[in-house]
Amino acid sequence: MSHVFSPLAILGALTLSALAALGRLAIFTGQTFAHMIRPPFYLKEFGAALMNVGYFSLPVIGLTTLFTGGALALQIYAGGARFSAEAVVPQIVAIGIVRELGPVMVGLMIAARVTSSIAAEIATMKVTEQLDALVTLSTHPMKYLTVPRVLAGIIVVPALVAVGNIIGIMGGWAVAVGTLDFNSATYLQNTSDFLETSDIVTSLAKGAVNGGIATLMGCYYGMNSGRGAMGVGKATKGSVEAAAVLILAANFILTGIFFSS
Amino acid sequence: MIRFEDVHKAFGSNHVLRGVNLHIPKGESMVIIGGSGTGKSVALKSVLGLVKPDSGTILVDGKDSTKGDHDAFLARFGMLFQGGALFDSLPVWQNVAFRLMRGSLKRPAEEARAIAVEKLRRVGLKEEVADRYPAELSGGMQKRVGLARAIAAEPEIIFFDEPTTGLDPIMSGVINDLIREIVVEMGATAMTITHDMSSVRAIADKVAMLHDGVIQWTGPVADLDNSGDPYVTQFISGSAEGPIEAVR
Ligand SMILES: Nc1ncnc2c1ncn2[C@@H]1O[C@H](COP(=O)(O)OP(=O)(O)O)[C@@H](O)[C@H]1O
Ligand SMILES: [Mg+2]
Repeated sequence: MSHVFSPLAILGALTLSALAALGRLAIFTGQTFAHMIRPPFYLKEFGAALMNVGYFSLPVIGLTTLFTGGALALQIYAGGARFSAEAVVPQIVAIGIVRELGPVMVGLMIAARVTSSIAAEIATMKVTEQLDALVTLSTHPMKYLTVPRVLAGIIVVPALVAVGNIIGIMGGWAVAVGTLDFNSATYLQNTSDFLETSDIVTSLAKGAVNGGIATLMGCYYGMNSGRGAMGVGKATKGSVEAAAVLILAANFILTGIFFSS
Repeated sequence: MIRFEDVHKAFGSNHVLRGVNLHIPKGESMVIIGGSGTGKSVALKSVLGLVKPDSGTILVDGKDSTKGDHDAFLARFGMLFQGGALFDSLPVWQNVAFRLMRGSLKRPAEEARAIAVEKLRRVGLKEEVADRYPAELSGGMQKRVGLARAIAAEPEIIFFDEPTTGLDPIMSGVINDLIREIVVEMGATAMTITHDMSSVRAIADKVAMLHDGVIQWTGPVADLDNSGDPYVTQFISGSAEGPIEAVR
């Protein structure tokens, strides 16, 4: 068994299992989209998912982006002061929030709040034979559980990103106007002059991708949960880890695509 | 109507089914007995495709259960799960009427509800229960809601996985009579798993004993007491002495 401890063997085994996991995820994603375009559609489940992913996430998203925007304004002011560039606070806050922090913060909050709850719920359904019961009642679990949630994530998370962006910018504005002696009207004017339509479009596109990743991971880990309470716990933990890593990786790739040219 | 032919199923190194052969004729009530963990639930689930056998075939009406239109196939079945398996996000009546509210059997909500309430009454539950959520019910009540759901769409073939486990003796009697009634009235074919010998005698036309992954004995319920099979004899007397090891 000594080969188990050889670093190369470990690296090889890790790579293989990561590739296999990615393959299974890709298949699951493909199946989800295939079911999405074929009836039956479960509108009630979709409505409930919209509320759960979207509306009920507003408080946590509002608060996290508010504080992020505020901290960003303080940092940029302090950093900018070193070369007398304090005046760029509104512009940098706007770019920082809209291009990166808004979609990333919202994505991670959705991973924490929604991915975990989807994974725990579906895993519990699996452990208590509810998924089997769905099948025997001629209802496909992918259609009934996965499709409504993933579709809701893709549609509603961009809206959350829009809200998060606005609140983040307002957090920066509040700090700048309240403690850093910026003129309110000038701050807002600078922000809106500086942001371009493409910034906003890419921000919302990142939101859609993050929403898709977060909900897919919840469903995937839930459906593939092991048995018992431990299975549910593992599924939940795994889903949040995977969602967080994939959201940040996708964000990096999308930033590369959108902003490197 | 349902025929198992040399069905094998293993989970890793755990060989649960090792060549199950069994025939359940149409309109008959077959009861499967056997110790816990011997694969009775796995055998039931294999018929419905919830568990995929490693080898062997299961024929329903002479047709391979894994071929053809699976939705139409499943529409002929009702199943009561061992743990109830109620959807905890839905109130009781929507659980019972699940099949009547979507898909090919879809009907107006009021009608579906009325049928659900009627089925609930058949399993001894009052109308008030209809609007509660499964988590608010006792285990025995959940079991009965599961039973109501299994019979809601009046299936041709019904599977009951331990229908009386966790119920008091009176309610067990009610459920046993109900299952008997369903089989007689609806002409359904039933396959029931149970450890409860009073249930076996009340429900069964035929009995099959599953042990060590195979059907050790099968015969009419009248022959149960003098089956001549050491496994059956030990099982029905509940003795620690015999070919079935107490430590498994
Ligand atoms: N999905 C599964 N994965 C792994 N093992 C399973 C699974 N389902 C059942 N088993 C195992 O198969 C055996 C038989 O289980 P089961 O059919 O539920 O027993 P019972 O006869 O009590 O209904 C048990 O050892 C159980 O642990
Ligand atoms: Mg069982």
